[in-house]
Amino acid sequence: MSRKPVSDLILPPTDAQRRRLIAGGALLGAAATLPGALRSAFAQAPVVVGVIYVGPRGDFGYNQAQAAAAAMIKKMPGVKVVEEENVPETAAVQKTMEAMINQDKAGLIFPTSFGYFDPHMLKMAEKYPKVRFDHCGGMWTQGKHPANTGSYFGYIDECQYLAGIVAGYTSKTKKLGFIAAKPIPQVLRNINAFTLGARSVDPSITTRVIFTGEWSMPVKEAEASTSLIDQGVDVLTCHVDSPKVIVETAEKRGVFSSGYHASQAALAPKGYLTGAEWDWATPYTAQIKALQSGAPMPNFLRGGLKDGYVKMSPYGPAVGATAKAKADEIKAAMIKGGYVIFKGALKDNKGNTVIAAGKSYDQFDGELEKMNYLVEGVVGSIPG
Amino acid sequence: MSSIPAPAAAALVVPSPSAVRARAMLVALVPALAALVLTVLLFSLAVGLAGFNPLEVWGLIVIGGFGDAFAWQNTLQRAAPLVLTGLAVALPAQAGRVIIGNEGALVLGGLAAAAVGTALASSGAGAAIVWPAMALFGAAAGGTWIGIVGWLREKREVNETIASLLMSFIAIALFNQVVETVLRDPASLNKPSTKPLPDALLLPTLPGLDVHWGLAVGIAVALIAWGIMKFTPLGLALRVAGGNPKTALGVGLPVAWLTIGACAAGGACAGLAGAIEVGAVHGAANASLIAGYGYTGILIAFAARFSPAGVVPVAILVGGIAASGSLLQRRLGLPDASVTVLLGFAFVALIGCETLRGRSFPLLGGRKNG
Repeated sequence: MSRKPVSDLILPPTDAQRRRLIAGGALLGAAATLPGALRSAFAQAPVVVGVIYVGPRGDFGYNQAQAAAAAMIKKMPGVKVVEEENVPETAAVQKTMEAMINQDKAGLIFPTSFGYFDPHMLKMAEKYPKVRFDHCGGMWTQGKHPANTGSYFGYIDECQYLAGIVAGYTSKTKKLGFIAAKPIPQVLRNINAFTLGARSVDPSITTRVIFTGEWSMPVKEAEASTSLIDQGVDVLTCHVDSPKVIVETAEKRGVFSSGYHASQAALAPKGYLTGAEWDWATPYTAQIKALQSGAPMPNFLRGGLKDGYVKMSPYGPAVGATAKAKADEIKAAMIKGGYVIFKGALKDNKGNTVIAAGKSYDQFDGELEKMNYLVEGVVGSIPG
Repeated sequence: MSSIPAPAAAALVVPSPSAVRARAMLVALVPALAALVLTVLLFSLAVGLAGFNPLEVWGLIVIGGFGDAFAWQNTLQRAAPLVLTGLAVALPAQAGRVIIGNEGALVLGGLAAAAVGTALASSGAGAAIVWPAMALFGAAAGGTWIGIVGWLREKREVNETIASLLMSFIAIALFNQVVETVLRDPASLNKPSTKPLPDALLLPTLPGLDVHWGLAVGIAVALIAWGIMKFTPLGLALRVAGGNPKTALGVGLPVAWLTIGACAAGGACAGLAGAIEVGAVHGAANASLIAGYGYTGILIAFAARFSPAGVVPVAILVGGIAASGSLLQRRLGLPDASVTVLLGFAFVALIGCETLRGRSFPLLGGRKNG
């Protein structure tokens, strides 16, 4: 058995380990030789940042995307990061937040799971008004939620649209597959953006969707992958917490895959096309810098490709030059600003017009947050 | 049969009753102590091999779970639902039934409580009506669900262990379906939930503590169950039915209904736990309720050797280990699985050391043959 800590196998050295290395040399040397003023600045307590994950940090998905950002902020000067994984959305997460505040003296907490917001984080924010809480999900509302709380989120449907373009150029069967957790607006928006991207290449392309009903249910995800591939699908993508099993199944069966949340390229060196990834280092860094400098911390942070909140996985070997050129062209337009994904006339897959001709919704439009339809070209229906 | 050697010494020196009792207690503690030592050794070895200092790890486990007032409240809060889910396994076990599907009873209890609670709240009812109604409907939902499992076992000879597990999957599917359709709060866009209870109707914390009333309810139910088992004819009947069904039938006990009743009582505990989670923590029923408390209850009941009173300290111990797991992750960067490994070792050690029970220990002053 290796004498390395288990966490080293998947993640860079932990905060504690690095601290041990640095502490000896830095503190002994600096404290003894630096002049008084500098020394007191050095002795100033670092900002302690708590990061809480609902699943394992190395899940190749949602949690790993957050953990990657946590690893980035560990490198910032004057920042100490404490992390806890597999924390359920129960009283346990309230106690974890309290423990970070009481035992680790955390001044800023990132509770990263959607279900941590209400009631858990709101309750703790009320109890600890001097601690700052920034939640992943975009639910913070002016006047309704405490001032020491905030939201950060990204318009990842932009990346799904680009991934759809790549899938559209790559697919030979013209059948794409999407494995989705729950039929909620965020998920529907991704399915629709992916499909619209693909059909911008070839309107005969269809996306078959399967809802598993759970955020993390690898058995069902594997079954859904197999079933979609058996139906002739040759590009698979998804919106579940960990795309691992889906990407692996696609690779094993010799079809292409497009990732989500984080990069799964390592799991499918042949068939991984690209993927829609979060870039949470952007909001994490912004809030910590504001906290350190005493600048006001925004309560609502949200952005797309342009703002560095989301990014694309690097193209895999199977992506052709035309696909790259087209996707890069649209990406440049998105980064420039003003590119609209959802515009009329748009029909759902039952033939109803959901966006009238001439009407268009920009990314920030609240109407898109209520999405309750699947666009034309999606094979499947919203359960329930 | 000619020469039975007289146990001379034992016959001559009659130990005082208090000495006998002390020795009996000591012998009774042997399996637990052996399990504790074994657990400490195994886990120390595991963390040592992973490159951590076992002393530092054990120190943090004690501090994180039981080190100060905050740690205790952290522990007790985590233990609160586990007392009831432990009972949910321990009560059917009195009748000899092994139920492992209480997760389903818990979520259905939570769902029933949320439905009743919000309906009553919208008609203007106060806490004095809403809370008992939520508890009652939660317990009834869970009790019915596991009662069905007991009925299937007694009347249709369907294995209760497998049936309860499969019924749990059905219950969770049913729960999700109802929460995402008929009872869905239209405002819960990205996280389907039932309508929330008004803040005034959320269960408060215990006076002077940061732990909700669920803990007190759990302990009260455990003590009542313990009292019934120990002091009432019903408890005796249940023990006979569970211990030796043939004898129980011979003396005319309604074994089938006693068993179904014990299963239903267990399910009611799980349902009550769900109702309390909704009333004290979530304020609504949603997928966060499916947190595995029902499965942790299996571990707790087995470790407590199915004693309804024993469930309480074991639940607190498990709550404490969960609280210290939190600290271990934050201080040492140990993976979350480390406390699962610890619980696994503890469970295996406890069951393994059970074989020591009833043996005599010459070193403790007992006779060789026991």
